[in-house]
Amino acid sequence: MNYEIVCGIETHIELATRTKIFCGCTTEFGGEPNTHCCPVCTGQPGALPVLNQKVVEYAIKAGLALNCKINTKSHMDRKNYVYPDLPKAYQISQYDEPLCEKGYIELDSGKRIGIARIHIEEDAGKLIHEKGYTFIDYNRSGVPLIEIVSEPDISSAEEAKEYAEKLQLIMRYIGISDCKMQEGSMRCDVNLSLRKPGDSSLGVRTEIKNINSLSFIQKAVMAEAERQADILDAGGTVVQQTMRYDEATNTVTPMRDKENSEDYRYFPDPDILRFSIDEEKIEEIRKSLPELPFEKLKRYVNVLGLPEATAKQISRYRKVAEFFEGALAEGASVKNAANLIVGTIFATMGTEEEKELFDVLISPAQYAALVKLADERKINIGVAQATLQKMLETGKPVEEFIKPEDLVGISDEELEKLCREAMDANPKAAADVRSGKDKAINAMFGYIMKKTGGKADIRKAEVMLRKLIGQ
Amino acid sequence: MRMGITELAVKLRKREISAVELTKAYIDAIEKLNPTLNAYVHLTFDTALEAAEQADQMLKEDDAPLLCGIPMALKDNICTDGIPTTCCSKILEGFKPYYDATVWERLKKQGAVLLGKTNMDEFGMGSTSETSCYGAPLNPRNTNYVTGGSSGGSAAAICANLAVYSLGSDTGGSIRQPASFCGVVGLKPTYGAVSRYGLIAYGSSLDQIGPLTNSVKDAAIVFDAIKGVDRRDQTSVDYDYGSSMAECLDRDIKGIRIGVAEEFFDGINPEIKSKVEEAIKLFERNGAVIENIRIPAMKLALPVYYIIACAEASSNLGRYDGIRYGYRTASYSSIDDMIVKTRSEGFGDEVKRRIMLGTYVLSSGYYDAYYKKACLIREEINREFDAVFEKCDVLVAPTAPSTAFPLNCKRKSPVEMYLADICTVPVNIAGVPAISVPCGEDANGLPIGMQIIGRRFGEVTVLQVAHFYEQNAGQIIGAYEGGVRI
Repeated sequence: MNYEIVCGIETHIELATRTKIFCGCTTEFGGEPNTHCCPVCTGQPGALPVLNQKVVEYAIKAGLALNCKINTKSHMDRKNYVYPDLPKAYQISQYDEPLCEKGYIELDSGKRIGIARIHIEEDAGKLIHEKGYTFIDYNRSGVPLIEIVSEPDISSAEEAKEYAEKLQLIMRYIGISDCKMQEGSMRCDVNLSLRKPGDSSLGVRTEIKNINSLSFIQKAVMAEAERQADILDAGGTVVQQTMRYDEATNTVTPMRDKENSEDYRYFPDPDILRFSIDEEKIEEIRKSLPELPFEKLKRYVNVLGLPEATAKQISRYRKVAEFFEGALAEGASVKNAANLIVGTIFATMGTEEEKELFDVLISPAQYAALVKLADERKINIGVAQATLQKMLETGKPVEEFIKPEDLVGISDEELEKLCREAMDANPKAAADVRSGKDKAINAMFGYIMKKTGGKADIRKAEVMLRKLIGQ
Repeated sequence: MRMGITELAVKLRKREISAVELTKAYIDAIEKLNPTLNAYVHLTFDTALEAAEQADQMLKEDDAPLLCGIPMALKDNICTDGIPTTCCSKILEGFKPYYDATVWERLKKQGAVLLGKTNMDEFGMGSTSETSCYGAPLNPRNTNYVTGGSSGGSAAAICANLAVYSLGSDTGGSIRQPASFCGVVGLKPTYGAVSRYGLIAYGSSLDQIGPLTNSVKDAAIVFDAIKGVDRRDQTSVDYDYGSSMAECLDRDIKGIRIGVAEEFFDGINPEIKSKVEEAIKLFERNGAVIENIRIPAMKLALPVYYIIACAEASSNLGRYDGIRYGYRTASYSSIDDMIVKTRSEGFGDEVKRRIMLGTYVLSSGYYDAYYKKACLIREEINREFDAVFEKCDVLVAPTAPSTAFPLNCKRKSPVEMYLADICTVPVNIAGVPAISVPCGEDANGLPIGMQIIGRRFGEVTVLQVAHFYEQNAGQIIGAYEGGVRI
């Protein structure tokens, strides 16, 4: 393609507050239609909004995690438009004084994608079209959202995906949203235009609305870039439109023309007073932020010395990282603690979500007790894995499965005796090792492990065997 | 002489009359007079009698609240659970809220007896109550004249003694101007002093609920009962007045500085002007200090008011689409068609005019020229009021430039109608409190109103000065023949 992609993403994220943004109704997902409602969130005449302080706090958290400047003075605006799912005929949002501005997300390449603004607003209800009628469910009406608007700094489909992925990861990490794209708690709109390399002016852009998975973001960007390139190559012009991405056909099609931009008649909401946030509060929130996944990754690699792949897997999920670091604090070794999580615990978890939840029955201390046995070579890795499996199934501590008598080390004399037996039982293997076929030693390991029920220290056995074989 | 709340409360406690008997007396009077006066648009006699019975129970206890068992009325834009609340608009036909306005919740707790909902200009838009979809209420003092508006029904109900007190709402003078036209007392409290939760919004940054009564003392008692911060209204304020209003009424006015601004007297009917000037002389003779002051930005108050109020109204009234409640057009071809028809048929001309005006001033390209500029001037008006209250404790001014107009006379000229609010709107723009008290009559026997305006949360002084005037001016209150006699 002879064009450069200029892409920005607007992301709506539902905040995980217990109650709605302007009333005390629950934000719980689902529920019988119109059961999580009150006069305020259904915009009944006379009802008034009261801003949920938690929403402001969560938005500030998001802003700080995305390196934004937090505006200490802010207010809410009304965005007036008519739609049946919007009960007041205006959405309470923020227009000219968003809570957070001018931040960025750093991609793996080191490139920074600018964050223009983050503002808070309320969600609308949901229309249900059934049997020729349209029904409205206002359960979602008034659920708090933040809208995160990126700068048009994204220049490839991969970058678009990485940006959204990182955003999701960070928001989950700081605990302000579960960011479930399939449930709509994270929704992305992609703005895209093309230009000739070296051009500084922007081309005509289109907006692809409501993309609901990370991989679709990548595919939609690719599809739309190709569509626009075809138009431009044929000498045509791109029409400014709102588009829809169809995942079944991997195509982008127009949803509605957007030639005349709507006039939302924004003005400050007179029902909600201007608010100010003191610097101390911002500092307090800043201090409450956890170490973010990318910082963790760097530390795991540079300070703990973990291989990057393992470090990435652990740092990606906040609860996993906390479990891992908890075990380290209890004295477990970095290497074994990390490997057993990735190798054994993750094997019991099929989906990303399960890893995200990391709902394990054992505590980091219980886990550390097991890891330490492996660290001190009182059990070997195979036994550790099998024991961990049982611990995960039952939630019982390591002592339930490994008795003190099991841990009594096999004496050197005993080991020597076993090694000799192993050589006698595998004369060919012994000969092979002697002639340089190193792998043949495994046959003798197998004999020893079988005899000791897996308790023998395999490294010690190796040294002994080689000595006896005369290598 | 009519009985005030305190006197009635004594009678109720002495068992000279029961709350049920008192309520029945008011019901009889309403049945007799309301078909003519049209002060009430929804009557709630059954629930009133139930409430009166409960009040009689409460009155057996020593600590029954002052307002217990006292029959009263609410403007039709104050939400009442299960009772129609329609803002006298066809678009809210049949609407019964499932929640109470905070003011009503507070009064209900005190054992108040609600007789019904009173007539008003549709959504509070008008100065005569003639824009009501139920037809205009008539001025009890002379039924050829309007009551004023928009709380016209609330004022008429008090004037004709069809309720002991009523609540109105005041966005640009809607309590004070009808109080003046009907010869009763009307208090617009400081913005934020009374919760707006459950008041169907017109201009949110200007609206305020307040009482209409026969005396300043009654206004003080009712204000005491409804004021105070409400966690459901972020604009309500936790202000500590130090004591109850009613206790402060008899304080001496000696040394009180009374401001007189010539801007308030420009273009005022000479009869009104001279009555208010007489009142000022009375204050001076009794030791008040008169300060002549200027409020130059006041001449801009009316256009600023119409820009801000209409802008907010256009947004507040967007929700009436026929989808969830109220009126819906009979036939339609699509959802857009339904909304358009519902609104075309449901709203009256004045409401449509203000929605369009508000939509226009908020539109991109006009926002800066109108809405934003109006907000800047509003700040300037606020600054001037602040400066005034550095120099004086209260301002004294006419409530309206004229007395009540004959019915139907101003229908054709909206702008002429808007001028009826010229003395009252600056007070809403500045968010300060003001009261209108009767101040004599014109040559036709129609009441004249005087306004006493205070600083933010200066209700104590406002009521005190008003009470002094009422006690010392030899006013004849309740000249209307009819209504309840006890």
